[in-house]
Amino acid sequence: MSLGTFLIMRHELLLIAAALIVLIAEIFWNPDKKSSISLFSIILFGVITIIGFLPSPAGPLFGGMYVSSGTRLLMKNILNIGALIVFIQSVTWLKKEENSEKISEYFLLLISTLVGMNFMISAGHFLIFYIGIELAIIPIAALAAYDRYKNKSAEAGIKLILTSALSSGVMLYGLSMIYGTTGTMYFSEVASLFGNTSLQILGFIFFFAGMAFKISIVPFHLWTADVYEGSPVNITSYLSVISKGAAIFILMIILFKVFPIIMGTWQKTIFVTSVLTMTIGNLFAIRQQNLKRFLAFSSISQAGYILLGLIGGNQLGMASVMYYILVYIFSNLGAFGVVTAISNATGKENIDDYNGLYQTNPKLSLIMTLALFSLAGIPPVAGFFGKFFLFTAAAQQGFYLLVLIAVLNTIVSLFYYLLVVKAMFISKNENPIGSFRSDFSARFAFGICVAGIVVTGFASVIFEAIKNLSFGV
Amino acid sequence: MNSGIPIQYFLILATLMFFTGVYGFLTRRNLITILMSVELILNSVNINFLAFNRYLYPHKLEGMFFSLFIIAVAAAEAAVAIAIIINIYRRFATINVEEVNEMKY
Repeated sequence: MSLGTFLIMRHELLLIAAALIVLIAEIFWNPDKKSSISLFSIILFGVITIIGFLPSPAGPLFGGMYVSSGTRLLMKNILNIGALIVFIQSVTWLKKEENSEKISEYFLLLISTLVGMNFMISAGHFLIFYIGIELAIIPIAALAAYDRYKNKSAEAGIKLILTSALSSGVMLYGLSMIYGTTGTMYFSEVASLFGNTSLQILGFIFFFAGMAFKISIVPFHLWTADVYEGSPVNITSYLSVISKGAAIFILMIILFKVFPIIMGTWQKTIFVTSVLTMTIGNLFAIRQQNLKRFLAFSSISQAGYILLGLIGGNQLGMASVMYYILVYIFSNLGAFGVVTAISNATGKENIDDYNGLYQTNPKLSLIMTLALFSLAGIPPVAGFFGKFFLFTAAAQQGFYLLVLIAVLNTIVSLFYYLLVVKAMFISKNENPIGSFRSDFSARFAFGICVAGIVVTGFASVIFEAIKNLSFGV
Repeated sequence: MNSGIPIQYFLILATLMFFTGVYGFLTRRNLITILMSVELILNSVNINFLAFNRYLYPHKLEGMFFSLFIIAVAAAEAAVAIAIIINIYRRFATINVEEVNEMKY
């Protein structure tokens, strides 16, 4: 191990160090000032995020088990930005009386999941990938059950851990078939030994089904709405943005790097699942009353759009997926930020409760509208450009029918996003949610989200930079 | 090279175990039994890895190591799952999934 090794693994090592520092700091912290641990952790994590952007050497480590490249570093940085916003958003919630005893656990577990995701993205061997994916999901299940005295929270936790265990089992069963036919688990060697036999394709289907559970692609989405509704709002936003983004990144890497030989097969798989995911996610979102369930189904349909970027298997697709995830982080976290603020202040989470919100809280309503417009893809906000690039990438490879279905689905999604906007601006309400002022932390997070939604849309530099980095994995 | 038992028997056993596990996961109503079904699935994967390694690629140990890691991670997963099940028992006074149904669409 030379210094270069440490520099290549910088993201993971720093995050592990941060997790340990947070854990140890809690022991020596003044018990009367427990809530300042969150400020400390956020500053620590912010420094790590900034260090992540510094230029870094790249290359394989440990005989190719760990691979670092410009693309993968960019993916890690995108996830870091999203996690930082989630951390800042959760300060208000962590200040509550019932959470004051377990603030450092919250940060410890979330940072551990980020370590898992970073290892997963850097994997060059299925073993590292498997350990990473488990490290990314097990602490999240503990966090979903974080509200110990709420029935729904416990229920969300058990639903998440059992479905993720089942999906890992299915995925591993597929991997064992791939191992049996190729004799290796290194990404590069599997790719060269893959021979398109039926056992290998069966193994791939099992593997894809396992990954589809993690990304919540229809027909493997049934856990999503329940877990999103039951978990604390900040964990929900983390699950819907960071976990999903990391799983999509690694699925993209594996599809492009390990299974390029059976591209025709996985294009058919993605075609069917993408159409199902978009359509069913949208149709179910229309009838939701709870905003967290509503955003859960909206995030399912967003995953369907993202699959459009994967299907082409081209460079534009890869760049557009990364760009879309960046945009999706800002817009979804903006929407979840409003839900968090209102849930913290009043405990209300239904769409009906938002009737007449514009009269009392005009700023929150405007942020929510901007975020929902971005999710729906209305120009000129960033979501429009994200969707535009995704659709272009699919159309470039000749999937016109799929693009047509996606565009029709966008119209359906516009309808239900506008239902929320209508509730806030037009619907009358006798006693709307009272006017309140958010904490500095919440307003800071809103600032980042709004700036992100606007700037990533208008600054073409960002997309160009991502595109330049996304050649090969 | 190997004593008698052909590899097919191991693979058939693993397949049976896998689908028994999936069936148990979907039909059982007790959370602990559901967790046991998941363990069955993971163990069938282990048998697959070990059989492939022993019979087809005996000069490398990749499959053996993979199954070791699967065992370790499955233990961690079971620990968290059982902790949550204990919490469920405290909240609902039951671990029957039919009664843990506050959220449905």
